[in-house]
Amino acid sequence: MEIVLALVIGGLFAGGVYMLLRRNLVKLLVGLILLGHGANLLIFLMGRLIPGRPPLVPVDATHPVGLFADPLPQALVLTAIVIGFGLQAFALVLARRLYQSAHTDDLDQLRTTET
Amino acid sequence: MNIFVLLPILIPLITTIGVLLARQRPRLRRNLSLGGAGLLLIIAVELLVLVWRDGIQVIQVGEWAAPFGITLVADLFSAMMVLLAALMGLGVIIYSQATAEQRAEHFGYSALLHFILMGVNGAFLTGDMFNLYVWFELLLIASFVLLVLGGRRDQLEGTFKYVAINLFGSILFLVAVGILYGVAGTLNMADLADQLNSLPSGLVTTLAMLFLVAFGIKAGAFPLFFWLPASYHTAPAALLALFAGLMTKVGVYALVRVFTLFFTQDTGYTHTLILIIAGFTMVTGVLGAVAQTEFRKLLSFHIISQIGYLLMGLGLFTTAALGGAVYFMVHVILAKSALFLVGGIIYKLRGTYNLKQLGGLSILYPGLALLFLIPALSLAGIPPLSGFWAKFALVQAGLAAEQYVIVAVSLGVSLLTLFSMTKIWAEVFWKDQPGKETPVQAISFIPHQAGVSMLLPVGVLAAILVVIGLLAEPLVNLSLLVAGQLLNPADYIETVLGGVL
Amino acid sequence: MHSMILSTATRYLLPLLLMFSIFLLLRGHNEPGGGFTGGLVAAAALVLYGLALGLRSARQLLGIDPRMLIYVGLLTAVVSGLLGLLSGQVFMTGLWSTQTLPVIGKLGTPLLFDVGVYLVVIGVTLTIIFALMENETDSKTGSLKEE
Repeated sequence: MEIVLALVIGGLFAGGVYMLLRRNLVKLLVGLILLGHGANLLIFLMGRLIPGRPPLVPVDATHPVGLFADPLPQALVLTAIVIGFGLQAFALVLARRLYQSAHTDDLDQLRTTET
Repeated sequence: MNIFVLLPILIPLITTIGVLLARQRPRLRRNLSLGGAGLLLIIAVELLVLVWRDGIQVIQVGEWAAPFGITLVADLFSAMMVLLAALMGLGVIIYSQATAEQRAEHFGYSALLHFILMGVNGAFLTGDMFNLYVWFELLLIASFVLLVLGGRRDQLEGTFKYVAINLFGSILFLVAVGILYGVAGTLNMADLADQLNSLPSGLVTTLAMLFLVAFGIKAGAFPLFFWLPASYHTAPAALLALFAGLMTKVGVYALVRVFTLFFTQDTGYTHTLILIIAGFTMVTGVLGAVAQTEFRKLLSFHIISQIGYLLMGLGLFTTAALGGAVYFMVHVILAKSALFLVGGIIYKLRGTYNLKQLGGLSILYPGLALLFLIPALSLAGIPPLSGFWAKFALVQAGLAAEQYVIVAVSLGVSLLTLFSMTKIWAEVFWKDQPGKETPVQAISFIPHQAGVSMLLPVGVLAAILVVIGLLAEPLVNLSLLVAGQLLNPADYIETVLGGVL
Repeated sequence: MHSMILSTATRYLLPLLLMFSIFLLLRGHNEPGGGFTGGLVAAAALVLYGLALGLRSARQLLGIDPRMLIYVGLLTAVVSGLLGLLSGQVFMTGLWSTQTLPVIGKLGTPLLFDVGVYLVVIGVTLTIIFALMENETDSKTGSLKEE
C-alpha cells in the first residue's frame, strides 16, 4: 500500500511541476493545486499507514488499545486541506480578475511589473 | 502559564473582529483600530520586560502538555520581534489614517492590518513547526488581500506573482514539515532539538535544505528573491512599510529559529551555505537597487540586500555575529519602514514615485529632508547612526571568524548602499524640480499638508534610530543576550518540555 | 439557467440539506462530522439554491451579508476560547457542562468553537462563490474579498 501511495504522490508532484512550467495562468494554478494534493498525501503517508485501526478509545477503556493509527498527521492534513482550499479559492478569483483586466492568460505577456 | 505570551495574538484577533463589526461606523472603527494597536504595543513591552527579567515564558494552550499540544513560547528573540511588530503596526495604522482610501477601508483595510499583526506575532511566538506553517499562511492570505486592494492591473499582476510563488513556498514548507514528522515523530521545536540529534546527519541536512528553500522564498534570499521586486512596488507606501519591515523578516526569523535550535548537526555545511547565500543576496540586491529610478522599486531591492546582512550573522554562527544580526534586525526594520513612509509623504506632495520627476524638496521642506536623511544614512552605515554599529558588529564578528570574503563583500555592498541613497538624495531633494523655477526659500520646515498622522510615525521612527545609534550600548547588550540564548538552546528546551521527558 | 425540475427539487432539498448540516455539526465532537463539513454542506445548499433560483433570491434567503457570518463566527470561536481563560484556566481549555441534554449531548466550549467554525465556513464559502456568481451575471467589478 505504501508503494502505491508513494507512486501516486510522485505522479502528483511530476504532474504539478509540469503544469507549473506551462505558460498559461490557469495551468499554473492547476499545477499548484496538484502539488498541494501531493504534499497532503505525503504528510498522510509520513504518519505511517495503519489501516483499519482508528485511534478511538473503546467504551470501557481510558486509552486506545494495541496498535492504532497516528491521529496527528490526519489532523495536520485536514488543517492543510482547509488552508489550501482558502488559498486556492483566492488564487482562482485573482486569476480571473487578472484575466479580465489584462485580457490575456499568457504568463509571458504579464510582465508589466518586472523591472 | 503566562497570559502575556498569549495576548500578542489574542489582542489583534479581537481587534480584527471588532473593526469588522464596526464597519459601518468609521469613528468607532478608527478608535478601535488605534486602541488595539496601542494596547498591543504596551503588552509587547510588558512581555519583553517579563522575559528579560524572569526568563523564557511558555503557555501550553488548552493544557495539553508539550510535545503533544500547541505550545506558545516567548524567549528574548521572540519577545523582541513581537515588540518590533507592535511598534511597526501602530506606526503604520496611524499613518494609514491619512492615506487609506475609503474604498480600501470598505474591503476591511485596517482589519486586515490587525490580522497580519496576529499572524506575525503567532509566527514569532509559536513553539511548533506545523503551527508556524499555519501562522505563515494566515499572514500570507491577509497580505494577498491587502496587496490587491484597489484592483489596478499592475496590482493584480504583482499580486498574482506574489501569490503563486508564496503558494509554492508554502507547499515546500508543508512537504518539509511532513517529512520532518515522518523521521522525527514530533513537530514541537524543543522536542525536535532533542530528537534530531539521534538521527543520521545526512538525513537531517537534507531536511534542513528543504526548510532553507522554503524559508528562503519567504525571506527573499538569493536566488529566490525575484518575486519581491516584481510585486511589492505596486502597493501603497504605508503597506509597503509594513511588508518591508515585517513580512520578509518573519522568514528570516524562521530561518534563525530552526538553524539555531535544531538544524545544528552539520554547521560546517549548512551554515557555510547560508553564508554564501548571504553574500550573493547582498550583492544582487544592491546591484538591482543601483539600476532603479523609482523610489519604491529601488527600496524594494534594498530589502533584499539587507536580508543578506541578517543571513550573514546567522551563517557566521558565533555569539558576536548573531548579536550583530539581531541588532541589525532592529535597525533595518525601523530604517526601512521609515524610508518607505517618507516615500509616501513625497507621493502625497508630488503625486509620483519617479525620481526623475522629483526634485527641490530639500529647499522647500528641510524637515522632510532631515527625516529622509536619518534612516537613509543609517541604512548606509554612517556613524554614529544605528546602521554603523550593526554593520560594525557583523564585520568584527566576521573578522574574528576569519571569513574575510564575506566581510569584504559586506563592506563593498555598504558603499553601494551609500551610493544609491545619495542617488535618491540628489534626485529627490537636491536637484531642481524639472520644469520649475528654483525656489529661493523654504515653504515651511515640514510639509503641513501631510498632517500629523503621516509625520508622527516617521518622526518617531527616526528618533528611535538616532537614539539606538547614539546610545547603542543597552541594545547591543540585549542583542548579545538574545544571541547567547539562541546559541544555547538548553534553557529553551528545558522550559518548554518541563518535566515531560 | 432556469430549470423547473431543479428549482422545484431545490425547494425540497434545501431544508433537508440544512438539517443535515446541523446534524453534522452536532455529532462532530465524537463522530465524523464537525463545524467545517457541516458549514460546507450548508454553504453548498445555499449555492444550489442560488443556482436554481438566482443569486438575488439566495441572498434574500440568507437575509444578511455572508461576511457578517464570518465576523460573528470568528467572535464565537474566540469567546469559546476565552471562556476557559475567564474560568481561571489556560486559553482554549475545554469546559463541559455536567448535565447531558437530549439530542445534543453534553454542552461544552468545543461545541461553541465548532459553531463558530460552522459560521465562518458558510460565510467564507458564500462570500467567494457569490462574488464569482455576480461576475458571471453582470460584468460589474465584483468584490474581491476573503477572510
